[in-house]
Amino acid sequence: MTGSPLELVCPAGTPGALRAAVDAGADTVYLGFRDETNARNFPGLNFSRQEFAEGAAYAHSRGSKIYVAINTFPDAGRADLWHRAVDDAAAEGADAVVVADAGLLAYARQHHPDLRLHLSVQASASNTEALGFYQSEYGIKRAVLPRVLTIPEIARITAETTVEVEVFVFGGLCPMAEGRCVLSAYVTGVSPNRQGACAPASHVRYEDDGGKMISKLGRFTINEFEAGEPAGYPTPCKGRYRIDGEAKYLFEEPVSLLTAAVLPDMVAAGVRALKIEGRQRGRAYVADAVAAWRRLVDSESAQPGATAASLEDLTEGRRITVGAYRKTWQ
Amino acid sequence: MKARLTIGPLPFHWPAEQWRDFYFRIADEAPVDTVYLGEVVCAKRLPFHAPEHGEVIARLERAGKEVVMSTLALVISPLDRKGTQSVIATAGERMVEVNDIGGIPLMEGRPHVIGPFVGVYNEGTLNEFLARGAQRVCLPAELPAASVAQLADVAASSLEVSVFGRQPLAISARCYHARARGRSKNNCEFVCGEEVDGLSVETLDRVPFVTVDGPLVMSHPYLCLVSELGALKDAGVCWFRLSPHGTDMAAVASLYRRVLDGTETAETAIEKLRAMGFEAPLSNGGYYGEPGESWVAEGEAARPGGAA
Repeated sequence: MTGSPLELVCPAGTPGALRAAVDAGADTVYLGFRDETNARNFPGLNFSRQEFAEGAAYAHSRGSKIYVAINTFPDAGRADLWHRAVDDAAAEGADAVVVADAGLLAYARQHHPDLRLHLSVQASASNTEALGFYQSEYGIKRAVLPRVLTIPEIARITAETTVEVEVFVFGGLCPMAEGRCVLSAYVTGVSPNRQGACAPASHVRYEDDGGKMISKLGRFTINEFEAGEPAGYPTPCKGRYRIDGEAKYLFEEPVSLLTAAVLPDMVAAGVRALKIEGRQRGRAYVADAVAAWRRLVDSESAQPGATAASLEDLTEGRRITVGAYRKTWQ
Repeated sequence: MKARLTIGPLPFHWPAEQWRDFYFRIADEAPVDTVYLGEVVCAKRLPFHAPEHGEVIARLERAGKEVVMSTLALVISPLDRKGTQSVIATAGERMVEVNDIGGIPLMEGRPHVIGPFVGVYNEGTLNEFLARGAQRVCLPAELPAASVAQLADVAASSLEVSVFGRQPLAISARCYHARARGRSKNNCEFVCGEEVDGLSVETLDRVPFVTVDGPLVMSHPYLCLVSELGALKDAGVCWFRLSPHGTDMAAVASLYRRVLDGTETAETAIEKLRAMGFEAPLSNGGYYGEPGESWVAEGEAARPGGAA
């Protein structure tokens, strides 16, 4: 599968999901260690060092690659934890580490000069000069672009840089420049940047208010739902708020990203790799999503519309969007 | 090194005359050492104050203030890039505050400040930027005391800490101010100019939540690290940033200056700040590892919601 012009980069939060992704045709599986070194630091998720080694062996034996996301910002005074994550990823044959922090990139470059470095979306590098900085200073080979760029803006970047470009195509959608959002810390004291968790479940409450279901994060109401309506997760950027008394989804609606409709434009824009979000998802979801994207990427689907529709079904009734890739989003 | 007070870049979109008069007053009356000048939020606003720039810079510098030119926080479009390049090209001998990492290579090793929109969380990253020409690093809003202390062990005299005003929480390519007013970024008609201190956003049950300023999301409370100035100074931090508001910033600066100089207690300074009638409570929770929106009273656990 390595001959594919487009690389399909797929999520795994568990060894089962990793095998499912590989079996469904993932060119690459990305994962994190079971601690705050990665931006999906949720209970019951991620890999011990041994699970990682076994997963890497499984993937490699079937021609797939493994990337390790070490993409939170190391805590001052405790960088050792992040350094060990890089050391262990390198030792067990990670094909790349995905890093956001300049200090950690410097460490990886110095101690593991042969380790391939990718810039995480958490670095929020949104222009050629930023990519140039990470390339010339730390030798990054690829960058995952933030989910706030239009396709023409991506095309401009790929035309001006030799850094490979990876973009998100499916799953969760941050409307903010990633790695520069402290909304979660503002509400809960816990942030994706530092602790690897946005809107942690420990701070979430659902309250039944006379037939209405109210979702709260910290002390704030994020949304409310009528009886029978599915109550969404209270992520602060996807809540309903009042401006001048009028309630609206100010930042983003509770939508999922699905870019099948603009896939040819992404390819034409020079994108090298497509990333599926969802390390917190189960094995069955990962298998279905990867298989569908495999068909889309290989253009083997006789009915791309039906394949895209099957992906839409996976979003559990959420509305879908192509997000910032279309300029009207702004 | 003596503790220095700075005025951070104005995040809000004020009419040219108000903008000019604000800085004239800072020049004439505010006991601050450094003023950051420039548009950090939206490239579409860049042309508005250009005619007044020279006059304002001259007045600030005549008053003995260091003027630092700030650049945009999120650089994507050709307009963003041109704006950043132009600030760097015209800064002359003045320092530039780089707020997007893409600005670092443009500085070509010239002395600069790393702004709070570039996340510096640890010693490794701090050293990386200091080694490439950064003279000062303004830390991001979510850093707790323990992190500040760790970083101060590396380079205390280069650290700048935000101690007053609404703090940036997130930035996007999407304009939330326009969206709140039923517009798009393309067709915004500069509705972000309608509020002096940002547009209030409430929860469905009408609890003040955040403030929107163009594509920038800011805190509702005003950060207030007055009681913490002593500990920060003891850790070696020398630079303290006040973020501008429509309130009397010369008076705010005077209060902070007196607390830094030991001629006013933190307690009375906080009382006086509260008496100034800001449209929001005070917050300091992030410094204590609590929610950033909260207020932690001295010797108390976090009390939600602030207590102003």
